[in-house]
Amino acid sequence: MNRREFAKLMGVSAVALSGIPLGVTRAVGQTKGGTLNTIIQPEPPILVTALNQQQPTLTLGGKIYESLLRYSPDLKPLPGLAQSWEVSQDGLTYTFKLFPGITFHDGKPLTADDVIFSMTKLLPETHARARGIYSRIEKADAPDPLTVVFKLKSTFAPFLTALDCTTGPIVPKHIYDGTEYRKNPANAQAIGSGPFKLKEWVKGSHVHLVRHEGYYRKDEPHLDEIIYRIIPDSASRAVALEQGKIQLTQWNDIEMFDVARLSKLPNFEMTTKGYEYFAPHQWLELNNRIKPMDDKRFRQAIAYALDLKSMAQRVYFGLPKVATGPVSSATRFYEKDVKRYDYSLDKAKALLDDMGLKPGAGGKRVTIKYLTPPYGEIYQRAAEFIRQSLGRVGIDLQIENTDVGGWAEKFSNWDYEMTGNLVYQFGDPALGVSRTYISSNIKKGILFSNTAGYSNPEVDRLFEEAATSTSEAKRQELYSQVQKILVEDVPVVWMFEQAYPTFIDKRLKNVTTTAIGVHESFSDVSFG
Amino acid sequence: MTAVSVDAKGGRVFAIALALAGWVVKFIAVVLVIATFNFILVHAAPGDPAQVIAGQSGASDEKLLAQLRAEYGLDKPYPIQLANYLKRVVTLDLGYSYRQQRTVASLILERLPATLLLTATAFSLALLSGIILGMLAGVRAGKWSDTVLTVVSLLLYATPVFWLGLMLVLLFSVQLDWLPAFGYVTIGVPMTALQRMVDIGWHLILPAVSLAAVYLAIYTRLMRSSVLDVTHQDFIKTAKAKGLKQGRIIIRHILRNAMLPIVTVAGMQAGALVGGAVVIETVFAWPGLGRLIYDALLQRDYPVLLGVFLVMSVIVIALNLLTDAIYRVIDPRVSVRAAS
Repeated sequence: MNRREFAKLMGVSAVALSGIPLGVTRAVGQTKGGTLNTIIQPEPPILVTALNQQQPTLTLGGKIYESLLRYSPDLKPLPGLAQSWEVSQDGLTYTFKLFPGITFHDGKPLTADDVIFSMTKLLPETHARARGIYSRIEKADAPDPLTVVFKLKSTFAPFLTALDCTTGPIVPKHIYDGTEYRKNPANAQAIGSGPFKLKEWVKGSHVHLVRHEGYYRKDEPHLDEIIYRIIPDSASRAVALEQGKIQLTQWNDIEMFDVARLSKLPNFEMTTKGYEYFAPHQWLELNNRIKPMDDKRFRQAIAYALDLKSMAQRVYFGLPKVATGPVSSATRFYEKDVKRYDYSLDKAKALLDDMGLKPGAGGKRVTIKYLTPPYGEIYQRAAEFIRQSLGRVGIDLQIENTDVGGWAEKFSNWDYEMTGNLVYQFGDPALGVSRTYISSNIKKGILFSNTAGYSNPEVDRLFEEAATSTSEAKRQELYSQVQKILVEDVPVVWMFEQAYPTFIDKRLKNVTTTAIGVHESFSDVSFG
Repeated sequence: MTAVSVDAKGGRVFAIALALAGWVVKFIAVVLVIATFNFILVHAAPGDPAQVIAGQSGASDEKLLAQLRAEYGLDKPYPIQLANYLKRVVTLDLGYSYRQQRTVASLILERLPATLLLTATAFSLALLSGIILGMLAGVRAGKWSDTVLTVVSLLLYATPVFWLGLMLVLLFSVQLDWLPAFGYVTIGVPMTALQRMVDIGWHLILPAVSLAAVYLAIYTRLMRSSVLDVTHQDFIKTAKAKGLKQGRIIIRHILRNAMLPIVTVAGMQAGALVGGAVVIETVFAWPGLGRLIYDALLQRDYPVLLGVFLVMSVIVIALNLLTDAIYRVIDPRVSVRAAS
């Protein structure tokens, strides 16, 4: 008996129910059309990615706002709004040719003026990450409506890697110019040029996107509509997936401990691809200002004491890769030939002995407080694992729990001893890696800065030189050098290249074809 | 004679007016005290909305934090923020959520119907069936049917509400596919008003039953002991002695008197139901007020948090008043003066 029959049995009028498809997607099995049901959680505050860069905002906003470029999984630039681009010999001038016929959702054309306004006026004002990159633009010109020329103040090689839809969303100049950006009433409507536009947002329930008919790419988008349902409870999300009520999950939608079970579902494939641009890197953050963590030997001892392979299996169910250093293997300029910290309790103990940290009563050498990152149950399980591992070498970990607000406040103000951190790499060490280690970025009150307080003039110099060099080979050499130094110093204890399970209905095509993955515009996603 | 009776009547009107005026003053004072406490409590939690946004954006800098704090009005000293807030409360302005770019009043109004529908359904369900089952158990005290009811209600009482919800989903949605597992209404489908109502009712069943379960158990237990209590009173013996039929005794004498403790407890719990549905709303993705509070708390969205707290405290005070009024209907011994 299914729901319809049950309803009849219970005396509910068949007329009242007819015409309501009960959880079945319409128009599937064809290339054109169809409704994609998926999840968004937590509910984003607004959809304008230029004004808010929380992960759910970016996932949803990626369908609404586009940028100049997209990126292949190995981080090579692909056409976005720009169909072609050129970099001058001196590495200072970047010229982009836009596709013709791009329109915003309100029907007005998107031209070079909108690109220049977004990247040189609005984003440097509203977007912390874009500010650091686009404020390097000295001059922007539009020789014709489809051509944008940026001249940088000085060479900055990662510029071409920082034009994705999460960093450089293009907003309509005619709506935002001269207004107070954050208070603009048009923010509610979220007008972009992406393949999908906002139809309805019922707070607490769902966000309904529909096809933008004036989209500039021929025959795209393939889907008619995307419905993002807000399902706050992880068990309910798993049920929605099992019942086929949704056809796609992303990021933390499915808890790692459910992955093995749900991977057996016949209608879904599970992939961890599509996060290459972000390459979330997970590590143990040690406050380098506090004894004994100011001593390199102590930090190395912790690196030896953690059996990361076993932790990847037991806590994260085999999804993530063990990190070998500060740069993710998915990011450009990764160096794999660095010092290794293979699991060894003896080496850890020897280092601690060498420091003079002798075991006291009950084998305890030192007690350290661990502030659990507030990003879900998996982090609590990880904390337990770390506590047990470090306990074996006499480091007594005391676990403290809090929520995002409390964690951010304590961590950013250096009011912590040890915590976990998860930082995106954004495709290039100059964009996502150096910020954690350079001494000019030791900034109290600021998250994702050099919170550990590590300072090494040689590291500063290498990162600086690598960011401004225009030769790929030279950059590789400098980054290899800096990775070797950092791995020797262990300012933080790198643990995992974090992986997220993306469950995709087998009928869906082209979901994770780029390095932006689920944040991508989905213009070429289709059923069948 | 006439003069005296007019006097007496005037005195009574005056007493009621005085009681009402006293009540209004008390109401305002309580609301202001609650508002102040809310403010202090909410701001005592570490972290602020700017840090939360930074924490979930993967990037942050001084300018972003300063911009957000200025926008949220957090750059001013606490006493000034509190004064501004109380000024708004007095003028019935709940404020503006910069985070959600909406007025708090509109956010609450949007969520209130779903919560009221859920809690009112669950509450009525629990109250009605609790009273009936409690009566049955009470008049059959010691018999096997009483034992069964007692055991079942104890089990329900001991079951965590989220677990019960998930189990019901597993049974009725996953296994049997009879009822929708989550949500408020089927999304993305054009429906007539009637279809929509039926569809919402369909979605309502599981969350309402889960939420009602615990309360049902409480009322059953309470009603049972209350009925037993009343049954041993002298006036019941009198009623039996004058030859009234059992059914009439139960309905006219036992039920009416046994209801008093239920009204007291139900009055208190009706308030809790408004905010107490967070767990059920989360499990069933029900777009209600409870989840609005929970999200606002995690996001440190102070205006929303304070607004919901205030609305809820007003609802609770109003419900207490309603309870008082119901007392007077059920039990004539309760006077206006005593209640005021």
